[in-house]
Amino acid sequence: MTEINTLNSVVQVAGLSLDFVTKDGIVSALSEVDLTIESGEFVSFIGPSGCGKTTLMRVLADLETPTAGRVQVNGMTPSQARQQRAYGYVFQAPALLPWRTVQDNVTLPLEIMGKSKAEQQALSHEYLQLVNLDGFENKFPWQLSGGMQQRVSIARALSVEPQLLFMDEPFGALDEITRDHLNDQLLRLWQATKKTVVFVTHSIPEAVFLSSRIVVMSPRPGRIIDVIDCNFPLDRTLDIRETPEFLAIAQRVRQGLQAGHSYDD
Amino acid sequence: MTTNKGNSIPVITVIMAIIVIWYAGAVQLNSPQIIDRYVKKNVDWSFTQLAMDSWSMKRAVLPAPHQVAIELKKTIIDKSVTSKRSLVYHAAITLSSTLLGFVLGTSLGIVLSIGIVYVVTLDRSLMPWIITSQTIPILALAPMVIVVFGAMGISGLLPKALISMYLCFFPVTVGMVKGLRSPSPMLVDLMATYHASQWQVFLRLRLPSAVPFLFASLKVAIALSLVGAIVAELPTGGQAGLGSRLLSGSYYGQTNLIWAALIVAAVMSASLVSIIGYLERYVIQRLAGGQADPQVTS
Repeated sequence: MTEINTLNSVVQVAGLSLDFVTKDGIVSALSEVDLTIESGEFVSFIGPSGCGKTTLMRVLADLETPTAGRVQVNGMTPSQARQQRAYGYVFQAPALLPWRTVQDNVTLPLEIMGKSKAEQQALSHEYLQLVNLDGFENKFPWQLSGGMQQRVSIARALSVEPQLLFMDEPFGALDEITRDHLNDQLLRLWQATKKTVVFVTHSIPEAVFLSSRIVVMSPRPGRIIDVIDCNFPLDRTLDIRETPEFLAIAQRVRQGLQAGHSYDD
Repeated sequence: MTTNKGNSIPVITVIMAIIVIWYAGAVQLNSPQIIDRYVKKNVDWSFTQLAMDSWSMKRAVLPAPHQVAIELKKTIIDKSVTSKRSLVYHAAITLSSTLLGFVLGTSLGIVLSIGIVYVVTLDRSLMPWIITSQTIPILALAPMVIVVFGAMGISGLLPKALISMYLCFFPVTVGMVKGLRSPSPMLVDLMATYHASQWQVFLRLRLPSAVPFLFASLKVAIALSLVGAIVAELPTGGQAGLGSRLLSGSYYGQTNLIWAALIVAAVMSASLVSIIGYLERYVIQRLAGGQADPQVTS
């Protein structure tokens, strides 16, 4: 199904399966997944809970080990990619260290990489500015709203300057207005930085608005059931969500989700 | 503390009630002896007389608060600090072994907790022994330790501090194990995405996460350390320290002395715990910019 070419592909997955061993037996989290992501794409994984979308991303990030199949990230194994800090990862929650200021949270990965103080300062300043948080450097996480905290975690992921960004339902815990606002910001950020983004969500409008490609997944076992190209103009705004083209793609995603999801059990 | 004014009235009420009950208890407990004396001397007596006499007995079963206060004044203010009859002298000896035992116990507790968190075999093999160690009554163990060390020619501070250590490493181990394991899986994953070394994860994630747990343990540990020091001083047979004062007080029926030593021990214990409390507030403030209880954002 997938042609393996190592030129432009940032992520290559072929025949990937992952089984979890639980008390109740073996659960197939991912089954025969094939996927290629090209440089500069914004790819969303969408699907109901338990469809393996987060697990798939965790495999790419070497936080989970697959049972079978080939996975390459930047032409390396996920483990090598992680060791070279080839990607940034934004979690479902901000995951900020409460005893560190905003600035010190952003410099955390840079400290671990052994960057100089001056570099740490410059990079944290640059990326806090990019997420519109300049002036909040010396605040502590608890002094910030949920949306601001998540922006700090995005700045932290960007500060190591990876070409690849993994985002695991980063706005799932936020209210709709904040979420819309951050979606808009993220789109600008993606356009400005030309990074490859892999994005997990269970919100259809979010996926359609942000993505250049949508991967629809279904549970038991977790597998890809549809891949939808979705190329709206780069300068799109949130208003695009009212257009027929947008609604048509959203409809196709919804149909995919319904087809793959059996509500009988 | 804006509610100080509101809090002082109940506190004073409780203290007053304790003092009233104490005086009443002194009459109740001391009167049999005094009535015996009245009967032998065949004198008339009134209740007022009985109360007065039971509050001024020399070797009372329960001395009255003012008698203990006089004893405290005599042994703290009137005696020079270097005198063997000064409670300050004895308190200082107990304090030194309390503090040494606390430092040793805290260090041991932290080292054990790191071993338990990082080495799977230690987790399985060490924890049962640690729990068993605390089921041995310290009163049974203390004399043996003192005697064994005495036979090796080691006496004084070190054996006493070891008994304090034995008591106070336990809460530190238990608290630190919990603290070092407290970071959420998400934060551990976060460090993994940076390819952080074990040492970096320990220093930047696990250790700071354990600080609130450590302080909760230290408060228990310092109080236990004082108990350990006093218990260790009992078998030394009236040499020095608050424990030996308690023992010699009971030998010679000097209940005033026992109560005075007890009160000094209690004040010392409360002060040590509150010093840890202040230290905790200072450190947490430095760590999290004034947030009272830094919970891991997750």
